[in-house]
Amino acid sequence: MKNEIMVITGTRKGIGKYLAEYYLSKGLTVIGCSRGEGSIEDPNYRHFMLDVADEKAVISMIRDVKKEFKKIDVLLNNAGAASMNHILLTPYKTIKETTEANYFGTFLFLREVSKVMLKKKYGRIVNFASIATPLKWEGEAAYAASKAAVENLTQIAAKEVAEYGITVNALGSTPVWTDMINRVPKEKLEGILNQQSIKRIGEMKDVSHLCDFLIDEESNFITGQVIYLGGVS
Amino acid sequence: MKNQIEAIIIEALQDLNDDIESESLENPTKETKIFGEEGALDSLALVSLISDLEEAIHDDFGKEVTLADEKAMSQHRSPFGSVESLTEYIELLIKE
Repeated sequence: MKNEIMVITGTRKGIGKYLAEYYLSKGLTVIGCSRGEGSIEDPNYRHFMLDVADEKAVISMIRDVKKEFKKIDVLLNNAGAASMNHILLTPYKTIKETTEANYFGTFLFLREVSKVMLKKKYGRIVNFASIATPLKWEGEAAYAASKAAVENLTQIAAKEVAEYGITVNALGSTPVWTDMINRVPKEKLEGILNQQSIKRIGEMKDVSHLCDFLIDEESNFITGQVIYLGGVS
Repeated sequence: MKNQIEAIIIEALQDLNDDIESESLENPTKETKIFGEEGALDSLALVSLISDLEEAIHDDFGKEVTLADEKAMSQHRSPFGSVESLTEYIELLIKE
């Protein structure tokens, strides 16, 4: 099995925690991180406490992972922050923090993990985009624009690391039942779901299914793609 | 410190040369051109060298440095021009 060592960001709760437990159950070693203590107990799980936008901390984490496990096969750049506000009411601090968590964090992990992957001439990177970007959700400018940056990063990174056998794709999720979505008002959520081809809220297994496909060893001819759930295009 | 850094770079270049087999990297010296005009490495090999050096610097000096630089890929002013310029550049970063 080629995919053995996986790094997932933002594993304390939500989709990140689900994916960590899902891939642990499939026999992978998972290294996760979050700003707080880890919430997963498993002999094949390691947790790092850090802010994904803290460059020094990210470099140090990936160096430790490389020392211990010698390689990284898969990176799931899941960590992110949501923000819901009208542009005219959005403080600078909010847009800064949203961009740091969603874009800078994704960038730093992609950069550092690619350096490890290139040695083995193999890697699978999945960045987390959002349907908020193509659907241009009102009230989500900070969030959707930071995810738009992730999409473009994905497409360019795919070209730059292709020669090392690394693929970089993005998974654009619909709303899935998590803390992030619990805060969205019911009418707004209905309005969002109505813009999807398949008008239902996503399930965790919809996300892991697409992840399985993107990180499959056989998916070596698929890179630079942004794939949305729910029939959004 | 300079000698130690130079030794790290030379060792990294020799290791890398196992893959790329460039004549000019068989016995690297201070004057050896790394990247840019007459450089032995293409940009792919340079990325690999950068990653090796960052790790070696951490092991030897206990310091996290990022060698990526705005000028890294410039043909004229790149700190990766020669072993000598790279030594000076790394020394600056370690002292920061």
